[in-house]
Amino acid sequence: MDVIVCVKHVPETAEADLKINPKGTAIEESGLVFDINEWDDYALEEAVQIKEKFEGSVTAITVGPEEADSTLRKCLARGANKAIRLTDPKFEGSDSFATAKILHNVIKDLPFNVILTGALASDDGFAAAGPILAELLGIPHATMVKKIELNGDFARVNRELEGGLEEVIDVKLPAVFSIQTGINEPRYVSIMGIRKAMQKETQVLGLAEVGLSENEVGESGSWIKTEKMYVPPVEKQAEFLAGAPEEIAAKIADILKSRGLV
Amino acid sequence: MKEIFVLTEHRQGEIRDITFEMLAKGRELAEAAKTELAAVLLGSNVKEYAKILSEYTKRVLVVEDAQLENFNSETYQRVLASIIKERKPLLTLMGHTSFGLDLAPSLAVSLNIPLATDCIDLGFRNDALTVTRQMYGGKVNVNCLLKKAESYIGTVRQATFPAGKKSPSNGEIVEITSPLSDEITEKRFVKYVLPPPGGVDITATDVLIGIGRGIKDESEIPSAEELAKALGGALACSRPIVDKGWLPDDRQVGSSGKTVKPKLYIALGISGAFQHILGMKNSDLIIAVNKDPKAPIFGVADYGVVEDLFKIMPSLKSKVEELKK
Ligand SMILES: Cc1cc2nc3c(=O)[nH]c(=O)nc-3n(C[C@H](O)[C@H](O)[C@H](O)COP(=O)(O)OP(=O)(O)OC[C@H]3O[C@@H](n4cnc5c(N)ncnc54)[C@H](O)[C@@H]3O)c2cc1C
Repeated sequence: MDVIVCVKHVPETAEADLKINPKGTAIEESGLVFDINEWDDYALEEAVQIKEKFEGSVTAITVGPEEADSTLRKCLARGANKAIRLTDPKFEGSDSFATAKILHNVIKDLPFNVILTGALASDDGFAAAGPILAELLGIPHATMVKKIELNGDFARVNRELEGGLEEVIDVKLPAVFSIQTGINEPRYVSIMGIRKAMQKETQVLGLAEVGLSENEVGESGSWIKTEKMYVPPVEKQAEFLAGAPEEIAAKIADILKSRGLV
Repeated sequence: MKEIFVLTEHRQGEIRDITFEMLAKGRELAEAAKTELAAVLLGSNVKEYAKILSEYTKRVLVVEDAQLENFNSETYQRVLASIIKERKPLLTLMGHTSFGLDLAPSLAVSLNIPLATDCIDLGFRNDALTVTRQMYGGKVNVNCLLKKAESYIGTVRQATFPAGKKSPSNGEIVEITSPLSDEITEKRFVKYVLPPPGGVDITATDVLIGIGRGIKDESEIPSAEELAKALGGALACSRPIVDKGWLPDDRQVGSSGKTVKPKLYIALGISGAFQHILGMKNSDLIIAVNKDPKAPIFGVADYGVVEDLFKIMPSLKSKVEELKK
């Protein structure tokens, strides 16, 4: 089984104080910590588990700048055999359609039985690159995948629906699966392991090598373009309780008491 | 006349709420663009649904086929592609749900028309689609412009637009012959599975302490559990806690977990992603503790505390115990 896993290097923003650039087109990235996209982390683990079970190879591929090499090194340290980074100044502004086209043009010439992506990227949240890639390759896909059982020409997969419900479907291989969090337990790798992976080579390809023209990528090759980024308007805001922790706790306790909750 | 389509989402004998939310938004868009709203309904034996939908829209386009009984992106894509090619709607709306996510992207590629996902608002400017989306877990909004095209697809976030009222007059029901001839074998529906019920039913609990990734480590869970006990409640959580295996599936609150309406929900270290908020925003009283003053959870909470949860949790527990004495 040859598995390709598509990964993205994204900023961790849950706890960060995000600043929007003066033009209102993007966030300021300086000071943010970047790592592998949470969903891709599960996709990577699934890829490595498939390789361990069925033999074969794992190729990790990303579209991103040089800094994304740290995410690729993580993939190599966790068990990927090969890493490819697709990069070009012209790729800037690509949406999930343009990104999938870039990935497609390289992946179509690689051997694979299964392609895994994360269900979505935590930065733009498009949740579309995987199934777009599948359609470009002319193969089936399943999104929101919580379980994969490979049975020869087919995979039996569980897709997550709403409210805890799942559907079980059979999908003909080769196929693209976009992975939902919780499908497995991503393994831990030591700093040493990541250092060692630095010796493995990462292939870097630009626009010409990918074989696309300028107007197929970046903003001109995208469906959707950012016009303005802004802090969401506050419709309702909590009443903030201030003070030392004990004072706050006392205030909460009073509120609960007044409502008959204690 | 060009139409605005709303794809009906139904599962296990029910039209899902998102359909009525999209019909309300779709009607508003259709009025603004001086076009007509049409619900598109694919399924097998779905005449009853068509009748219900006709109360909300000008037209219901129905395709019935045994192969459309359960949602399958392969069969749905083929049928929708054929209807869209034929009628060239200005816009096709579907839910940003497991169903829409599996269908919209590949359909857009196959028709070569632009797609915007997870829209929280949509409109037209000089015939081009404009949408509002969120990025970075809801910390920023983005106004986007789509490439000029004859037809668009948009997936719409759940519980964003209120469901609308019925129309004054019923719409027409138009039956369309299924374009499927051969059996589709790339993808086959097998069955639905529900996780087995666990010990605690968080939907029937008056007080819930919801813990999120801010709890940092599994070893901290017992102290949260103690606070829940002091308040006579139970522990619930955001998705990452279940993903890590720290709490069982049935404690998860949100779109892919449980919808809860307790008398009190205390969110500890939960950022407030919309998937989580969907599951708890109707709680009677919401108190959120988060060290990030800009966390979206403060937009649904009644009371907010910007502080380290590990400082609040123990103090609150002792204050509550004092009160109970
Ligand atoms: C299809 C789909 C379905 C999903 N379904 C669900 C669902 O049903 N339920 C759900 O919850 N999620 C769901 N998610 C995931 C969701 O998008 C978020 O990733 C998730 O809710 C984030 O959980 P969190 O708030 O605990 O973690 P994070 O977003 O990482 O937030 C952690 C928060 O803790 C705060 N914090 C950290 N340390 C402390 C401290 N010491 N004291 C106080 N605060 C602290 C941080 O400031 C931050 O705001 C779904 C996602 C997808 C794509």
